[in-house]
Amino acid sequence: KWYMQFDDDEKQKLIEEVHAVVTVRDAKHTNFVEFRNFKIIYRRYAGLYFCICVDVTDNNLAYLEGIHNFVEVLNEYFHNVCELDLVFNFYKVYTVVDEMFLAGEIRETSQTKVLKQLLMLQSLE
Amino acid sequence: MPAVSKGDGMRGLAVFISDIRNCKSKEAEIKRINKELANIRSKFKGDKALDGYSKKKYVCKLLFIFLLGHDIDFGHMEAVNLLSSNKYTEKQIGYLFISVLVNSNSELIRLINNAIKNDLSSRNPTFMCLALHCIANVGSREMAEAFAGEIPRILVAGDTMDSVKQSAALCLLRLYKASPDLVLMGEWTSRVVHLLNDQHMGVVTAAISLITCLSSKNPDEFKTCVSLAVSRLSRIVSSASTDLQDYTYYFVPAPWLSCKLLRLLQCYPPPEDGAVKGRLVECLETILNKAQEPPKSKKVQHSNAKNAILFEAISLIIHYDSEPNLLVRACNQLGQFLQHRETNLRYLALESMCTLASSEFSHEAVKTHIETVINALKTERDVSVRQRAADLLYAMCDRSNAKQIVAEMLSYLETADYSIREEMVLKVAILAEKYAVDYSWYVDTILNLIRIAGDYVSEEVWYRVIQIVINRDDVQGYAAKTVFEALQAPACHENMVKVGGYILGEFGNLIAGDPRSSPLVQFNLLHSKFHLCSVPTRALLLSAYIKFINLFPETKATIQEVLRSDSQIRNSDVELQQRAVEYLKLSSIASTDVLATVLEEMPPFPERESSILAKLKKKKGPGAVSVELEDGKERGELNGGGDRGGDAAIAASNASTPSPSADLLGLRSAAPVSGATPSAGSLLVDVFSEAGPAATSAGVNDDGFLRFVCKNNGVLFENQLLQIGIKSEYRQNLGRMYLFYGNKTSVQFVSFNTTVSYEIKSRILNVQTKTVEPLVEGGAQVQQVINIECLTDFIDAPLLNIKFRYGGALQNISLKLPVTINKFFQPTEMAAADFFQRWKQLSQPQQEAQKIFKASHGMDTEVLKAKLLGLGTALLENVDPNPENYVCAGVIQTKAQQVGCLLRLEPNAQAQMYRLTLRSSKDTVSQRVCDLLAEQF
Repeated sequence: KWYMQFDDDEKQKLIEEVHAVVTVRDAKHTNFVEFRNFKIIYRRYAGLYFCICVDVTDNNLAYLEGIHNFVEVLNEYFHNVCELDLVFNFYKVYTVVDEMFLAGEIRETSQTKVLKQLLMLQSLE
Repeated sequence: MPAVSKGDGMRGLAVFISDIRNCKSKEAEIKRINKELANIRSKFKGDKALDGYSKKKYVCKLLFIFLLGHDIDFGHMEAVNLLSSNKYTEKQIGYLFISVLVNSNSELIRLINNAIKNDLSSRNPTFMCLALHCIANVGSREMAEAFAGEIPRILVAGDTMDSVKQSAALCLLRLYKASPDLVLMGEWTSRVVHLLNDQHMGVVTAAISLITCLSSKNPDEFKTCVSLAVSRLSRIVSSASTDLQDYTYYFVPAPWLSCKLLRLLQCYPPPEDGAVKGRLVECLETILNKAQEPPKSKKVQHSNAKNAILFEAISLIIHYDSEPNLLVRACNQLGQFLQHRETNLRYLALESMCTLASSEFSHEAVKTHIETVINALKTERDVSVRQRAADLLYAMCDRSNAKQIVAEMLSYLETADYSIREEMVLKVAILAEKYAVDYSWYVDTILNLIRIAGDYVSEEVWYRVIQIVINRDDVQGYAAKTVFEALQAPACHENMVKVGGYILGEFGNLIAGDPRSSPLVQFNLLHSKFHLCSVPTRALLLSAYIKFINLFPETKATIQEVLRSDSQIRNSDVELQQRAVEYLKLSSIASTDVLATVLEEMPPFPERESSILAKLKKKKGPGAVSVELEDGKERGELNGGGDRGGDAAIAASNASTPSPSADLLGLRSAAPVSGATPSAGSLLVDVFSEAGPAATSAGVNDDGFLRFVCKNNGVLFENQLLQIGIKSEYRQNLGRMYLFYGNKTSVQFVSFNTTVSYEIKSRILNVQTKTVEPLVEGGAQVQQVINIECLTDFIDAPLLNIKFRYGGALQNISLKLPVTINKFFQPTEMAAADFFQRWKQLSQPQQEAQKIFKASHGMDTEVLKAKLLGLGTALLENVDPNPENYVCAGVIQTKAQQVGCLLRLEPNAQAQMYRLTLRSSKDTVSQRVCDLLAEQF
């Protein structure tokens, strides 16, 4: 998900670059990588990497736990989430992201509140 | 808790996704997608009106196809239709499609904005949030124009739901970042600040991001937020782990909000109000205390959340830099983390300590951890952690530990990762210079640096060691001795040869008393390296040889022999040939007095900023700042030279500032010397005027050549007999050149013959010439066409040799054809963002070439622009933030490859100087274009 303007080619290139720098790192490495003029905070869950690109001055650990908080919400929402859930329900994942992160900032951190809202939306037609 | 079941929602979509996932090959996937696209297209075009569900399903499929990486060029209108649906799920898919596939069609934008407007005024919180999220995700200027006035109202209205307020706050933030001129807070300021007091923690969490951004831009208007933030923070920090219920994360109360509050406070100086400040210090102490308490959970989430707050608190403490007690406690806490088993914590502790090292209150406390940090440099497995350790060592270095730190960094260099070597080299060089108590240590360090990491030692580093040796009498003998010893190594780096050539040329006499380093031994040692060196180094060595002749007359015969040999005096490189010829003449014609004057010891260099430091400052590196601060203090004792040296020194420095090589590469300094000592200067001119004809007849006429770098047509050569005009055109990697030979006399030229030759064996240019008629009548003009194909990038130009008889006498003219690498430029237009991004990608040191030089012509804007356009690149407007500067981009087309090239020219009208920087994917290209262009201004 993008919070800055890029054209499509640029986006594809960024995705490839991020993939290249993150996947080569082993578990003993930090969860942080410098990337262009930013840094990437990432966390690996089985075969899936969750990555956030933030300003170099941003708080590493806060975003690292931001990822985990998000994953816990997904896990609860999809009931033991797996990669397939995210693929088949990609349009719902966007909703979860928007509830928790908006305009590149943390919007809501309470899992209870997010899940309550998501279930309310789920019940709407 | 009920969860989402897999089949729920759109069945057709699920089937489609399964199909795609079952595709065995990329081709099968594309086939399936094309089938689906055709189906959707026909459905959208069909006569039957689609119901909302079908529309939603198809739009969602299109979105999925797009996310797989395929282009989608229809469906926008259907998506916009979904926006006006009353069903949440349809509306949501419509908004999602629009946010992901932003379209700039103005009619669509009008429709979208209309739909958003309706939803914003619907009073349905779910719809309002969808609309706000769409604005926040797109963030376009059109949206800012349409909604920047409305959103603040929604944000502060009393009856707005909490979740809508959260979205409104961040939506406004996105618009403010994208179009700050359109978001006017004015009357809303104080009510926005008071959102920090909101009962709902989620609202505070969202609003504080907006407030932080606004505060950093207009601190005064928002300064009331400080006391509110402190009291909010204080309430969170003092609460028990269960008090905040929903907002407690692994027993840590509101970690993200705490971090954001601490971050907001970093926009301001310490609070002036004593009570507020007291409360804040109490908070910070509590946070530090909590770090010492036993953990409430063994989970990493608990410690991460807790430490996130701790690191943010330490950032604030460092930002204030006024509470020695807190600074030292912070340092001790970080010291514990340096040995923590979590790599993340070790990394962050090193990073944070680096800033602590620059505070006078905590510098000493940081130094106590030196052993741990050195250990980290040696043992950490993650290169980024080692990099932080190196940064920290650099930051904590002072006179007391410089020798230890420099030694450790040097030994680390032997195994250091290639990515950080150059920066390490610069840092070692700076520390060695800055904290040198005795200069023999400094000389040892730099020579070691060259020995260990010669490839990464940039020009600046070895220029600097020479400047310092020249400025310090007490170290010159030692430097000569050490460099002599270093050169004994069977394989030594070319940079060592440069330093050796220069220093022995200047100060070889100081060690010549020892028979083991007698003049001839010194000379033979240097000359044994000659054949392995590149042209610039050979040129430098030739200058060293002529200095030897002056220092040690007994070497004269040997050296003249060397200069006279074919490999020197007939060298294909013009520079080497010229030096050999001139030095040979100089040594045989000039009297010893003249020789001694011309080759007098270099005068001391005037004080100026270390070019190495300047280079490091250009790179990032948190440590650089701290050195900058102290630099003024250290400078005085650094170069004892001070202001002595008088006119000669200044003359030399003028030459050296534009191009550092001028003052170091030897006899080129003839010009400044002649300015300083007119008598010697005029003698020198005499010497050369006598030697003139002999020297130039062998050489090649060069001046015409440089005039054609930025233009294609004109007069290449003219004397009393012959005028040669040139017209050329280039496309891609091909060029065609028309030469017009005009006979200026009334007598015919006979046996007129031209040849184009190319000296380098490997074929880099393919040149085809048609021969011309052997007779050129008086007053006539003949034309010759030359076709050129550029196979790969090159430096040397083809030579044009013209022979003819005029009145019986054979005329022989050699010219360089003005074929330069830039002729094969294709201009590339790009936007500022692209430019800077590509610029950053070309950040390896060898990809960049830079020159600083004095203007030799006027600095008229239009002339500059014309020259840059003539170079063949695109001149990019509105890219460089400084309108005085010029940036250009182009791609050099050769048969073998294309080389992208970026250029930046920074004129300084006041100093009448330019700085020219070239970056390209190929080092030889950067250097060559830079060299060529630098001659044009």
